[in-house]
Amino acid sequence: MPLLKNDWVVMAIFTAATLTAPLWLSPIGAGYPDLLQKFAIFGIFAIGFNILFGLTGYLSFGHAVFLGVGSYTAVWSFKLLTMNVLPAVIFGMLMAGVFAVFIGYLSLRRSGIYFSILTLAFAQMSYNLAYSVLTPITNGETGLQLTINDPRILDAAAEGVAATGLPSTTLFGIEMSGYSGFYFCAVALIIGFFISLRIFRSPFGLKLKAIKSNQTRMKYTGFNTRPYLLTAFVISGMYAGLAGSLMAITDPLAGAERMQWTASGEVVLMTILGGTGTLVGPLLGVGIIKYFENIFSALNDNALHQAFAILPDWLENIVVAIAGEFVGEGWHLTLGVLFMLIVIFLPGGVMEGIRRISGWIRGRSRQAEQAPAAEATGGE
Amino acid sequence: MSGNIVLRIKNVDKTFGGLHALGDINLEIEEGKTHAIIGPNGAGKSTLLNVCIGRLEPDTGTVEFEGKNMIGMKPHEINHAGMVRVFQTPEIFPDLSVLENVMVPALAKRDGVFKFNALRSMASNTDIEAEAVHVLKDLGLGEYIHHHAGSMSRGDKRRLELAMGLVQHPRLLLLDEPTAGMARHDTNRTIDLLKRIKERGMTKIIIEHDMHVVFSLADRISVLAQGRIIADGTPDEIRGNPKVQEAYLGGAEL
Repeated sequence: MPLLKNDWVVMAIFTAATLTAPLWLSPIGAGYPDLLQKFAIFGIFAIGFNILFGLTGYLSFGHAVFLGVGSYTAVWSFKLLTMNVLPAVIFGMLMAGVFAVFIGYLSLRRSGIYFSILTLAFAQMSYNLAYSVLTPITNGETGLQLTINDPRILDAAAEGVAATGLPSTTLFGIEMSGYSGFYFCAVALIIGFFISLRIFRSPFGLKLKAIKSNQTRMKYTGFNTRPYLLTAFVISGMYAGLAGSLMAITDPLAGAERMQWTASGEVVLMTILGGTGTLVGPLLGVGIIKYFENIFSALNDNALHQAFAILPDWLENIVVAIAGEFVGEGWHLTLGVLFMLIVIFLPGGVMEGIRRISGWIRGRSRQAEQAPAAEATGGE
Repeated sequence: MSGNIVLRIKNVDKTFGGLHALGDINLEIEEGKTHAIIGPNGAGKSTLLNVCIGRLEPDTGTVEFEGKNMIGMKPHEINHAGMVRVFQTPEIFPDLSVLENVMVPALAKRDGVFKFNALRSMASNTDIEAEAVHVLKDLGLGEYIHHHAGSMSRGDKRRLELAMGLVQHPRLLLLDEPTAGMARHDTNRTIDLLKRIKERGMTKIIIEHDMHVVFSLADRISVLAQGRIIADGTPDEIRGNPKVQEAYLGGAEL
């Protein structure tokens, strides 16, 4: 049983690493606020997803619906109430929570593949509704945007009507762009990670793991498993809602594509790639996928020609033609290959790889310690 | 009959399609006693246990536990009423550690059917942990507490399941063939253990094939054959009952 003290060490390291990310990520070209913020937001999404999938084993294939709900709610909060991001984030989480209660209550009547399909169906339904019937709320294909004529009741009451042009999002006067935007998300990530850590180490978390291991036994052990699953589902949905509303804080725009199944699939990939059910794994998955997406999707044929310039022309053309399929728009092909390799050779994700390597190193250092000792006794 | 009746099974009938699995079962289990249910394969022993524990609903009849009808209650409600079952094939949490396997039922006892204690650290639940360790040591599993439960031997898994049942301090423990698949010395160890539990006054129902186990433990024996109770009495009465010898033991001497 891990000690409480160790967890505080984990928290301290995590906090320090998150807050100094602009420094240590700049050597690999990821030290700019846009990408950092993306890391933090998807980090929150994946941490939340892992609370459901990692602890209970219930694979939701429609988690992006909460991302979308969070975004729409945040933008509505900007439009109707105030440009302050705090209410936007809080309402985004709450609204996602409401949706999660509803979707979770219905989907959790089934388990395994049926649960996954139900969540997928709800997400696709929401996606289609956002494009059609709900256009007054979602603004359809254009996406929900700020306009000059938005009421912004609280801001109007505070400042009077003196707006020229679109206002920008703030946190009590601090503009949420660039590094301030990143740090706002970073603080949310740290809090989110802390809560996730507490859940993993709590009796509640242990019960969720037991449900994953043997749900039937749980019932005969005296637990009503349904409310446990629903609670985990709602917490997980609220994390996604938080992530969705954070997406809207630097760029106050919400579109239905955020709820598409590909977005739901992405968080599944991230979590499995990093290591399902581990605390840090999903974050590693996010880091890897978002970093390589950034690099690979920016590459084009010109860049490839430059990279392979040393090859003879005919070979260069062939290599570029093949590699070209894997970059730019074809980045998803690379992701697919990477994902297959991980699932086939490291089913526990990157975290399992790290565990294996550290086990191997420990084994070697033990051997190294034993070898001189054996020599010493042999010498006598 | 003297003593309190803990469990009263009244006129229970159960059919599966054309098969009459249980026919007009009447049983009374006395407090503090170990009641063995024996019978040939397919006699309906496990069906009867499943009816008691809420896994199956009988066609007719009632199962009263401490005066309350259990029929129609959910498995977790029956557990909290104080009736706990130990399964025949080990039903454990294979992905958790041995200690965690016992802590989970201990938590059920403390937290009830649902409690949202997500921000409380497990490490501060020292009482739960101490209790689990105590029960595990009692069953000779002390050295395994940090082992992965799924990788234990079958005999150890069965003992672990017993620990999971005992940590809840049930008022009635239902044991489905507690020694099946165990080596002789493990069987003897389990008998000793169950005897010790009996001294503490826990009421038990045991389904068992091994006559050595039955006659070492039982205060009372009911014999089930083809879904009916054909004999009910003290071990001595059962031993001398010609009907039992014929139906169950093929005339062999006990």
